[in-house]
Amino acid sequence: MFRNQYDTDVTTWSPTGRLFQVEYAMEAVKQGSAAIGLRSRSHVVLACVNKAQSELSSHQRKIFKVDDHIGVAIAGLTADGRVLSRYMRSESINHSFTYESPLSVGRLVVRLADKAQVCTQRSWKRPYGVGLLVGGLDESGAHLYYNCPSGNYFEYQAFAIGSRSQAAKTYLERRYESFQESSREDLIKDAIMAIRETLQGETLKSSLCTVSVLGVEEPFHFLDQESIQKVIDTFEKVPEEEEDAGEGEAEPEAALVAAGTGEQGGSGDQDVAPMEM
Amino acid sequence: MTFTIPIENGNGVKDAEADSQRTLYPYVTGTSVVAIKYKDGILMASDMGGSYGSTLRYKNIERMKAIGKHSLLGASGEISDFQEILRYLDELTLNDNMWDDGNSLGPKEVHNYLTRVMYNRRNKFNPLWNTLVLGGVKNGEKYLGMVSMIGVSFEDNHVATGFGNHLARPILRDEWREDLSFEEGVKLLEKCMRVLLYRDRSAINKLQIAKMTEEGVTVSEPYSLKTFWEFKAFTNPTVGAEGS
Repeated sequence: MFRNQYDTDVTTWSPTGRLFQVEYAMEAVKQGSAAIGLRSRSHVVLACVNKAQSELSSHQRKIFKVDDHIGVAIAGLTADGRVLSRYMRSESINHSFTYESPLSVGRLVVRLADKAQVCTQRSWKRPYGVGLLVGGLDESGAHLYYNCPSGNYFEYQAFAIGSRSQAAKTYLERRYESFQESSREDLIKDAIMAIRETLQGETLKSSLCTVSVLGVEEPFHFLDQESIQKVIDTFEKVPEEEEDAGEGEAEPEAALVAAGTGEQGGSGDQDVAPMEM
Repeated sequence: MTFTIPIENGNGVKDAEADSQRTLYPYVTGTSVVAIKYKDGILMASDMGGSYGSTLRYKNIERMKAIGKHSLLGASGEISDFQEILRYLDELTLNDNMWDDGNSLGPKEVHNYLTRVMYNRRNKFNPLWNTLVLGGVKNGEKYLGMVSMIGVSFEDNHVATGFGNHLARPILRDEWREDLSFEEGVKLLEKCMRVLLYRDRSAINKLQIAKMTEEGVTVSEPYSLKTFWEFKAFTNPTVGAEGS
């Protein structure tokens, strides 16, 4: 995308019916490090890549527990992600307090999406620069949603966002038909393998990724390093075909983003903008 | 005798709240509601009377109403407050339906919502003068609970309000079983309602019984209980009394 005279504020339409500020916000999501979500009939797994900015620092938290039955993984401006996670926790707990019943995931994502939409229609606000993968379990089963800065949300069987997520998406596209009936263990394995795809040849170690699970009779929790390493050990010896780096990120919200020249996903492999990580 | 709280801010002007009144006592009241869990769901019974003090003024008041697909609410106490509660729940179920997403409010959710409402009103010293019984079946799970006007709330296998607590619950404690059939349940409830009819002066002989099962909620047509007044003690009530 190139600078143009319609991209100064979010309340200006372009002649072709685009809101450039919103699209730029979605670019911010593509800059963040990868986050992946998959679901089966009974479980949802959220996983992400943890890259610390330097050897000295710790890595940023990108997966948050919203409630026992809902978790969220973010990519993009983590500060925005933190604020939205707090909002989600608040909504969830208020619902539990009034109705003594867990908030259904579908309703939570709609509230989140409406909140994001507000920022696309106020001249004194900016869109949230974070994409959220919301995974949860409710009466109607296991769900995985993707909320983007535009205020749209979509439900997925599996999805990946952030830099080099195209590689993970290609992997998931090949295998997604088996996910619905997958066992919990297979689902976790698929998540970690998808993470591996985004690492582009770097050795997969348990210190590099965070994996969280929730399911029927299993409240949201993180897997510890040991368990992750065990799963990695089961497949790391097997040589796998190298996946190409994502070219032309075709984000599913093509309805909003005009299917123009998609930017190379995760632009700048080596350097990531200082805000995310 | 009204109790108003004059509120003055710095300008000596009274706020809108200044002449508001708090609930002091109920005017038109309904008497007991009795409810039990049975094999297939919940049974609830209440009469159709609305008393105006000691006068049995209204004789066609439905004190049990279906809420959503899964629940039934029965109330004793101030009838106008019951109608207000029904309005709140109407709004609630309407908004729930508007989501159109396959989720529906179950009896547990409605019960907790009502508990919050009742308790909050109590905290403002402006209670809804009712004792509510909330029952229903959702996804095969039976639920029966109660909320009082001060926000005390609990669940049980059988509940009653008002006089029902004193006259009906002892019967239910003795005779209630987990696996009551529909006919047995109705008979048990009628036994309780008959005792209440004899002994509660605000009760009238026109009652409805409501049934809640997985299939849904139904409220029966009003009917009367058979009563027996030929007890020997009634034929000559003052025999043996002082001064007779």
